[in-house]
Amino acid sequence: MRVRSGLDRQLRMLQDEVLMMGGMVEKSIARALDSLTRRDLEAAEQVIREDDYIDRKRFDIEEHCIDLIATQQPMAGDLRILISILHITVELERMGDYAEGIARINVLMGDEPLLKPLIDIPRMAEKATSMLRRSLDAMVNRDTLTALQVCKDDDDVDALYDQIYRELLLFMIQDPSTIQRATYLLWVAHDLERIADRATNVAERVVYMVTGRMEEINVSKY
Amino acid sequence: MERRIRIALGRPEPQGSRAPEEQPTPDVGSASIKLKTVGLNVRYGGTIALKEINLSIPDNRVTAIIGPSGCGKSTLLRCFNRMNDLIPDARVEGKVLFNDLDLYAPGVDATEIRYLIGMVFQRPNPFPKSVYDNVAFGPRINGYHGNLDELVEESLRQAALWDEVKDRLKKSGLTLSGGQQQRLCIARALAVNPEVILMDEPCSALDPIASLAIEDLIRSLSRSYTIIIVTHNMQQAARVSDETAFLTAGADRAGFLVEHSNTRQIFTNPTDERTEAYITGRFG
Repeated sequence: MRVRSGLDRQLRMLQDEVLMMGGMVEKSIARALDSLTRRDLEAAEQVIREDDYIDRKRFDIEEHCIDLIATQQPMAGDLRILISILHITVELERMGDYAEGIARINVLMGDEPLLKPLIDIPRMAEKATSMLRRSLDAMVNRDTLTALQVCKDDDDVDALYDQIYRELLLFMIQDPSTIQRATYLLWVAHDLERIADRATNVAERVVYMVTGRMEEINVSKY
Repeated sequence: MERRIRIALGRPEPQGSRAPEEQPTPDVGSASIKLKTVGLNVRYGGTIALKEINLSIPDNRVTAIIGPSGCGKSTLLRCFNRMNDLIPDARVEGKVLFNDLDLYAPGVDATEIRYLIGMVFQRPNPFPKSVYDNVAFGPRINGYHGNLDELVEESLRQAALWDEVKDRLKKSGLTLSGGQQQRLCIARALAVNPEVILMDEPCSALDPIASLAIEDLIRSLSRSYTIIIVTHNMQQAARVSDETAFLTAGADRAGFLVEHSNTRQIFTNPTDERTEAYITGRFG
């Protein structure tokens, strides 16, 4: 038997669990956005309920990491993988909370129609989700170049947020009766901006996992 | 206690007792070099055991030497106080500098060296004498003229053993527990006022609690002494040492130095993939 094959298998399982959690978060973001676009409150409620599964998954992964640290005394690269995964799951869990936040805004809006058709917000969601997906790909492939690109892409999300902010501000200035509905959309955009920031954090952890370097690669404007 | 080598090295005679707790630990990196090997090769007969070792050991630090079995860790450790001289067909080439003096230069007295560079072995090996006589043994044969009782107490205190044995100093050292015996051996080494203490797997025959006590002791002694420890227990190396040197053996079975760096670096992000493989338990 190869030395440490047990630990190797556990680390692979742990990584699969992180990917699964990433998939749950991605789905949650997509469904929160979809329910907002269709103003489907039932679907939004479901996103809110199902965030509990993401929270549970985070604790399961954490427990698994703690078990391995306590029983396997991981060192060097193994230790960095476990520490990175502990951080990454926190980031994923928070992304799930932002998706839940979007669903809650939807519920809060009740019967009110959307202020305007959603154009830039789905674009932001798409970019943020892509960042999330690629940061986890980078983790699996130990690919720092992709991780660095994810960090850079946060600027595009920030730019979209700027654009949405200016547009909504114009609505509010021109017609103060839109303030409430514009604010709802601003909150949604803010949640998406935060999701992209968290994806950047995941990518930074991947760089640490691979190189041992701990650094903030791209500081968000917000 | 006239010591030729002390004069050769310009080191003053010890004055009074040391108080390790009062001395702050200097920053890593600012330490001066206490021991240094330059192109060190060791052969046993026709077999080469260590090849081209260039290693600097900083003063008042704990340096751990780790590596798989048979890579020459203990051989390297024994070079630092010429213990290899006792092995008939061992041959040492290159230099081992102690305070810039070549330990293998003609005229250097190996026995003298072993007082200045003491050693603690894998299994505790107290003499079949009383606790007191174990500690007093070295100073006595050196013709120590000071207050022997004070020296014994001071040495036992430094070895964190005094409180446990002060009421049974006349009892045989062999009546102590394994962990206490090992601390007695450390006290014995300290009694002759060494500058360096070499430890060859000092905890391998001890239970976990006794091992942790020795580890605490190593940390406190490092304020006043240069310590080199060979250990198979990587967690122990990570806990007690400031610097770590990783040795491995090549295809010719000769041990060589792969990486030497500060311990934090070695155990979190080693530079060499062979170190990584060993540290993470995938090789060796």
